[in-house]
Amino acid sequence: MRALCWEGRNKVSVENVPDPRIINGRDAIVRITSTAICGSDLHLYDGYIPTMKSGDILGHEFMGEVVEVGRDVQNLTVGDRVVVPFPIACGACAQCQAEKYSLCENSNPNAGLGEKMFGHPLCGIFGYSHLTGGYAGGQAEYARVPFADVGPLKIEDDLTDEQVLFLSDIFPTGFMGAELCDIQPGDVIAIWGAGPVGQFAAASAFLLGAERVIVIDRFDYRLRMAAQNAGAETLDYRGTDVIEELKEMTGGRGPDACIDAVGMESHHDVGAIYAYDRVKQALRMETERPFALREAIMACKSGGTVSVIGVYGGFLDKFPMGSLMNRAITIKTGQCHVQRYMRPLLDRVRRGEIDPSFVVTHRLSLDDAPEAYETFKHKQDNCVKVVLKP
Amino acid sequence: MDTQMQDGHAADQKDTVARALGWFSLGLGTAQIAAPRVVERLIGLNGDRQAVMRLLGAREVASGVGILAQRRPTPWLWARVAGDAMDLALLGRAFRAADARKARVAGAIAAVAGVTVPDVLESLRVSASRPVRVKASTTVRRPVEAVYDFWRDLSNLPRFMIHLDSVEERGDRSHWRATAPGGRTVQWDAELIDERPNELLRWRGSGQVPNEGTVRFVEAPGNRGTEIHVSLAYEPPAGELGALVAKLFGEEPQTQIKDDLRRFKQVMETGEIVVSDGSPAGVSAKQQLRQRPAQPLEVTS
Repeated sequence: MRALCWEGRNKVSVENVPDPRIINGRDAIVRITSTAICGSDLHLYDGYIPTMKSGDILGHEFMGEVVEVGRDVQNLTVGDRVVVPFPIACGACAQCQAEKYSLCENSNPNAGLGEKMFGHPLCGIFGYSHLTGGYAGGQAEYARVPFADVGPLKIEDDLTDEQVLFLSDIFPTGFMGAELCDIQPGDVIAIWGAGPVGQFAAASAFLLGAERVIVIDRFDYRLRMAAQNAGAETLDYRGTDVIEELKEMTGGRGPDACIDAVGMESHHDVGAIYAYDRVKQALRMETERPFALREAIMACKSGGTVSVIGVYGGFLDKFPMGSLMNRAITIKTGQCHVQRYMRPLLDRVRRGEIDPSFVVTHRLSLDDAPEAYETFKHKQDNCVKVVLKP
Repeated sequence: MDTQMQDGHAADQKDTVARALGWFSLGLGTAQIAAPRVVERLIGLNGDRQAVMRLLGAREVASGVGILAQRRPTPWLWARVAGDAMDLALLGRAFRAADARKARVAGAIAAVAGVTVPDVLESLRVSASRPVRVKASTTVRRPVEAVYDFWRDLSNLPRFMIHLDSVEERGDRSHWRATAPGGRTVQWDAELIDERPNELLRWRGSGQVPNEGTVRFVEAPGNRGTEIHVSLAYEPPAGELGALVAKLFGEEPQTQIKDDLRRFKQVMETGEIVVSDGSPAGVSAKQQLRQRPAQPLEVTS
């Protein structure tokens, strides 16, 4: 089959690789009809996630048609149309039973690696380094889906691929980011990052009853999308003191909750500060450039919540612990427990509360993927979200 | 060979003597680097060999840090012995030098010879073969009866202990076979020396690989299932067989036992061993270090 392989930093190519096959009884093979490039794929592309190997198939947002099932899969049959959640979860361990699927205790065959780096192991994730299991990803014609009796969501109505594809990651991730804010009537939510996850976080914050949502970014076209689709207010951070501006917009209180939808490769407007963390990251003295997170903590109202859904991989510097502790800020975070959100969010799509296809700006074939990575990374051509057709 | 559960990790071989020698190295090395001239005068030299003295100081500091900071101080203790020999040789030359104050040099030789004795004794002590001890634990979300029964049926063990080929029960004894990398078979017999249903299994193995261990089964609090605590010790045999056993259990036997427990949990909770394209044989420490790319395997049947 054809598949997009990581070849090294800033290098991906479409290669011919063997077709996947059923290995365990609870596996299914899915013929992929739509697959997307995630902002977190750029962390792999940029070489900031350790334990990548040349030849790794990328992609963790995909959907398609079931073409084969293992002997223990009872809920799916060949021909079913399914969306596949990015975390691989067994459904049986204590974390899965508590619906914390991205903390699954069984799905990562490389658990020992994660345990060494993070103290405890991570769950398995499709196409997301060997730290999360070394699973082939979904930017390919086919994928093997382990624990197919737990993860994949069957789509039985005539919704288009683009309306349901993002249930695999970014819609639930944005939604969980908003849910972690425990939104109360009157709350103002500030969101750093108007990428696809930030867009869904903004829309979700309104779905969950936020009074106002303020989205912070530096790309006009992305801010415009947040304003038009979610009805968010926008703040271009270039040449702006964001913390002061947010105070101004909230009568001095600061946002009730802040969402970091940026993660480890954030950008800073002040050259010297950006250079400081950029250099430290390049020298591997820290793995993150955490401007958005630092700012979110400082901006948040005292006693408020900072929800971190942008991806981090290791260790960061100059973390404002004093502000966090003395002002009783709560940090909530985690990889999204996608399986928990898929069905309720599908219901919201069905009811017409949201149409997730609004983020799609680029529709390309799988063969165009290497070019699409460049376009997405450099935010050329007003790119927000790329969907690939294998 | 005793296996008391509280014995802890294999490598905790440092006692007061080793620690004292480590601090001695650090102190001496620091003095040699910071005040080489003073040290030289003290041992009867005229103070014109500061560069050599600083190098010797660096060597001392390295040994000291190694002994104090490393889990296994053995090579660093032997480094001290080698250092003693080097110092004695250098002092011997200094004694013959024209400008040396012989009484002081002789005193220094006596001092080095004096410290060589505990260095050699301690190095020999920590180098002596002793059982490797490891322990690891996991929690499985299943009732203690189910977990115990699965483990008690020893023929199930190779399902999650991947280095085992088979375990055969023969009356009150069992016969264990494993294949080491390279295809050589290692085998041993074991007997259950204590068996308390839903609570504990204790065994002792004899033959090529003397070993002894305990598995405890404990109900986890708040309906969290069953805690499994494994503690085992084995006597690494010498020679060629020893090398085979080392290969079998890997450099880090504790990692191996942990991986075994992860697979045990997978089998008990999900009914299968979790595999990926990068780790087609499932959890194993060695494989985690030598991943193949995350793309499907070529079918070779």
